[in-house]
Amino acid sequence: MLNLPIYLDYSATTPVDPRVAEKMIPYLCEKFGNPASRSHAFGWEAEAAVEEARDNVAKLIGADPKEIIWTSGATESDNLAIKGAAHFYSGKGKHLITVKTEHKAVLDTCRELEREGFEVTYLDVKEDGLIDLEVFKAALRPDTILVSVMYVNNEIGVIQPIAEIGEICRDKGIIFHVDAAQATGKVDIDLAKLKVDLMSLCAHKTYGPKGIGALYVRRKPRVRLEAQMHGGGHERGFRSGTLATHQIVGMGEAFRLAREEMAVENERIRALRDRLLKGLSDIDQVYINGDLTQRVAHNLNISFAYIEGESMLMAIKDLAVSSGSACTSASLEPSYVLRALGRDDELAHSSIRFTLGRFNSEEEIDYAVKLLHEKIGKLRELSPLWEMFKDGVDLGSVQWAAH
Amino acid sequence: MFAPVYFDHNATTPLEPAVFDAMLPWLTGHFGNASSRHDYGRAARRAIDEARSQVAAAVGAHPTEVVFTSGGSEANNLLIKGAASCLTPGLLAVSAIEHPCVIKPAEQLTRRGWRLHKIAVDAQGRIDIDDYQALLAQRPKLVSVMLANNETGVLQDVASLATQSRATGALFHTDAVQAIGKVAVDFRRLNAVGVTALTLSAHKIGGPQGAAALVLDKRVEVEPQIAGGGHERGLRSGTENVAAIVGFGAACELLEQRLTAAPRLIGLRLQLESGLRTMGATLFGEAAERLPNTVCFALPEVDGETLVGQLDRAGFALASGAACSSANPEPSHVLRAMGVPAELARGAVRVSLGYANTAAQVADFLTTLQSTLCQLQRLTAMAV
Repeated sequence: MLNLPIYLDYSATTPVDPRVAEKMIPYLCEKFGNPASRSHAFGWEAEAAVEEARDNVAKLIGADPKEIIWTSGATESDNLAIKGAAHFYSGKGKHLITVKTEHKAVLDTCRELEREGFEVTYLDVKEDGLIDLEVFKAALRPDTILVSVMYVNNEIGVIQPIAEIGEICRDKGIIFHVDAAQATGKVDIDLAKLKVDLMSLCAHKTYGPKGIGALYVRRKPRVRLEAQMHGGGHERGFRSGTLATHQIVGMGEAFRLAREEMAVENERIRALRDRLLKGLSDIDQVYINGDLTQRVAHNLNISFAYIEGESMLMAIKDLAVSSGSACTSASLEPSYVLRALGRDDELAHSSIRFTLGRFNSEEEIDYAVKLLHEKIGKLRELSPLWEMFKDGVDLGSVQWAAH
Repeated sequence: MFAPVYFDHNATTPLEPAVFDAMLPWLTGHFGNASSRHDYGRAARRAIDEARSQVAAAVGAHPTEVVFTSGGSEANNLLIKGAASCLTPGLLAVSAIEHPCVIKPAEQLTRRGWRLHKIAVDAQGRIDIDDYQALLAQRPKLVSVMLANNETGVLQDVASLATQSRATGALFHTDAVQAIGKVAVDFRRLNAVGVTALTLSAHKIGGPQGAAALVLDKRVEVEPQIAGGGHERGLRSGTENVAAIVGFGAACELLEQRLTAAPRLIGLRLQLESGLRTMGATLFGEAAERLPNTVCFALPEVDGETLVGQLDRAGFALASGAACSSANPEPSHVLRAMGVPAELARGAVRVSLGYANTAAQVADFLTTLQSTLCQLQRLTAMAV
């Protein structure tokens, strides 16, 4: 028997892996110490657990544990990285470069810096969602101090050319920040090779708990930041505040499991994603958003033309999916990511993001395919637009009457 | 293997079993992102809404006045820096005995054109009224005074301080992290006399680490410190930590029960204090009104770090200063502000009791302390 609704929204958040939860529970119960307590065994026990977790997080990305700063999540990491570096290096220049398809945590932070007098270039992406390196190079200026590009896009799953951008930035002495919230466990990340200076990480997209993330801060060559949260001087002064031990333990375990299992897991998920794609490809007038090869295995973002996204979501309530990023889905604006790809409002509105994960089965995918066929057929039957399209009317040329 | 006795509840408290039970489903089966619109997401949203009501009810606030953060430090940073960003720079005042997560952001503001006044305290750790009134005459724009001090447990008459500052138009914030669960905290009543914001934290009241709140009068403008997505009415972005927030709510449900047990804690504290006095201990803030659970003391010619180390080996977990600044070997800024000589301050040890502690544990502790003291004094005598 299938458990409905079927969860296909792993990019919004993932379940905590039961093995992760099991590892966390002792640190919620009997091992409850504050890791900053230096005077007794409760504190030392918590501190040891925090350091073990730091080690596991570092290992997944090829970093040194000393380069890992705990935060409350990727949003805080993005804020700390971008504001912290911009403020520290503002004497060198006040120009930043980012991309139009970044997460709000990056875009809103950049807007804030603009209000403070920084200048930000928001790069366009190509139709496939990827950055054009020539366009990027052309945007660089002598006063550029920071570049922020996400590793994997949360809506369309495309993988940006981080290695290439890193080389260019290092060459010019520009700090390079990467939001890798959607990348951990999905792409191999080796910071010993990648020329990335700052990297935002979070647990709850990689089968760990919510409320915990980290910022990688490179030590060689050393990257400096201005702290954004002040207090007791935790995390070597980069980020004050009592560490939530059980959450940190959870992130460590989640990242350890990712390191061990990602190679096999991603192939299994890719097969499921391809099964979903194949199952939907015989539907007329569907458009895949974002490049299909430079893309993580678990993402499929499709626009179903001549269907209104909201009614689609209502019709497929047995599938837990998003129409746009979870963080922006409170608004009915069409996704700014799809708009940046050049999709028109209608296609952006009719898009569905399927993100698959560790606990999906073939049976679930088959159910989803069958349900989508059924509902799309019905919705289109009701749609006057679909009828017009079938009759060969060019909808772009229709003059709509105002109400 | 014997279980050590935990006497460090001001650093963090054990999780209440009922809180654990409330949280567990949100760490396992219920995992949605509260911003998602499907069933998983909506269930998470409802859980957060319920927790918000529980937190609000526990301190007499309206749910819309509760802004969830990742911890007390973040909440204090948000208020101090966030409120200051919406004002033109002027005079800012925090008490000299605040937690570093109030003092440090206040010091940061001096780089943005603010003048900082650290309000003096008397020898008992209470706000020095003369200094306070002199401050008010200079019309500060933002004042922050903690309800209860984490190191000494000394309580401030925040209602009276806010009443006095109100005429100047200053925003008044109080860090209530150590007070909540030990003394009654009523935001509605405090708000009526001019307290505009108050900080709470889950892990000091039997809740989990990782959730806290700024309770904020909605008329006060505050600039978010973490941008991106517009969660918490735009005041604090980032995917909500559902499990910890649910745990915070559940811990707040137990607050009344905790407060009913406060007289028993006072009994334990008095038992401890009378034993300490017979050993010749100095009790800091002795004459002031204090939290039911906190005793900060020093024994003549005994180093605090050493004593705490010995006591740990003997099975008692306590702190030699605030947990959050224990890495710092300097004598406590709180005791220095109270005029305690550096030498004596270096001897400071804090016992912070919890609701599970017993009279027998306190009696054992006093016996152990007495014998530890004899050993240490013998060693000192030999060294001399």
